[in-house]
Amino acid sequence: MNGNPYLFAAYAVTWIIHIAYISTIVARYSRLKREIAELKKAGVRC
Amino acid sequence: MTPPTGITRATLLKDLRLEWRSKDAINSMLFFSLLVVVVFSFSFDPSAEESRQIAGGLVWVAFLFAAVVALNQTWAREIRNQVLDAYRVSPAPANSLFIAKTLGNFIFVSVLEALMTPLFIMFYRLRALGPAWPLLLVAVLGTWALIVNGTFFAAVSLRTRSREIMLPLLLFPISIPALLAMVQATTSILNGEGARFWIVLLATYDLVFTTVCLLLFETVLNAE
Amino acid sequence: MRKAFPILAVLTAILLIYALYQALVVAPTEQTMGDVQRIFYYHVPSAWTAFVLFFVNFGASVVYLIKRNPAADIVALVSAEVGVVFCTVVLVTGPIWARPVWGIWWTWDMRLTSTLVLWLIYVSYLFLRRFSSGGETPALAAALAVLGALCVPFVYFSIRFFRTQHPQPVMGGGGSIDPRMLHALLINWLAFSCFAYLVCWSRCRLEKLQREVDQAHAMQSLLDPSGSVR
Repeated sequence: MNGNPYLFAAYAVTWIIHIAYISTIVARYSRLKREIAELKKAGVRC
Repeated sequence: MTPPTGITRATLLKDLRLEWRSKDAINSMLFFSLLVVVVFSFSFDPSAEESRQIAGGLVWVAFLFAAVVALNQTWAREIRNQVLDAYRVSPAPANSLFIAKTLGNFIFVSVLEALMTPLFIMFYRLRALGPAWPLLLVAVLGTWALIVNGTFFAAVSLRTRSREIMLPLLLFPISIPALLAMVQATTSILNGEGARFWIVLLATYDLVFTTVCLLLFETVLNAE
Repeated sequence: MRKAFPILAVLTAILLIYALYQALVVAPTEQTMGDVQRIFYYHVPSAWTAFVLFFVNFGASVVYLIKRNPAADIVALVSAEVGVVFCTVVLVTGPIWARPVWGIWWTWDMRLTSTLVLWLIYVSYLFLRRFSSGGETPALAAALAVLGALCVPFVYFSIRFFRTQHPQPVMGGGGSIDPRMLHALLINWLAFSCFAYLVCWSRCRLEKLQREVDQAHAMQSLLDPSGSVR
């Protein structure tokens, strides 16, 4: 396979898009975990 | 109890009467339509031959913008006077309200189109190469396609932030097949070619979306 | 499922790597386009995955309209989001492929145009979700989803007829396909489908948790007599 910049770009961009989306999920999840910890401290059943 | 058609007619007549008395929306819409035609004429200045190719697109985009401006205030009056709440509580079927609103908007936008068309013909020196009567059919089918979806999405947008931008945001993507059909049909007819496929597509689109909007409107009306 | 997740994630990763190997090494080089054609093995499976996800959105929306089941609403939201992600991949890899092959970034060919319209419809769905407030958002969104899905055949037929009248360069080959290429294509589709499933599952879990937290907040503010802002 000869290095084709367009081919590399296409594959790279695909994974960049997927990783970007997954990062938003992970970030929101960590924030939620923190909120749950706070709620539990406040004595709310969750 | 009044039959559904009675309710539809009553609501429609009420809307038309209010519109006629206030003349708010009508005047601003008329002027807006004229502005659109003039601005387009400055932006696209084709020769008579070229104009026949792009006129279809120009005219329908102009109509689309005029329709959006008209649709945006379609429910505004109802909200102001809590009419929707009254309607929800009454035993009247939701469909009657939807049909009345859609017919009202259709009449309103058709009047605008009827006023804009001669201006377009004049400014662009338009002439159909073949029979021009199918254009009327395209106009009716096309306008109905925009209005039926537009009225539905205007109701959906009621409970959103940025209500005015939400309507075109929702309306444009779903209208793309119909828009393509309207524009292509208009261009074909102006050039003396057949537009049967596009007209059939438009008619099918109108049928399908009118039916589904009628079925789903109850859900939208009862949304809190 | 929660316990199985790490194992499935590892298996999917392995499958994706194997699929990559298939696409880059095993599949033969295309005659006219050369190695750039291998973009096909990412472009097409992403499109198929997006279509499947949008179909799931349609199904979940119909179920929600009939049963008002919150789980159906979550599935509808998640499938639309992940579908848009995959659709974005299609729309970005398309021009990257078109540029070296045709010298143009965009071609209004049938498939790319239809995909663009689909993307627009589902992005508008996500906007409605985002901008709509109140308890009936799921029902409104479901109504929009049904209309959007019904639009799809019209999109397909209108653009198809338009393109036969005004032909443009066609992306992706027509005609018969080398069996090794087909194999690489299907492996990539399987790998991306598994990947999509795991992403959807994670997003569903996040959404469920988010709604529980929102409810807990609501309960808290209801029960808290001082009414202090948190």
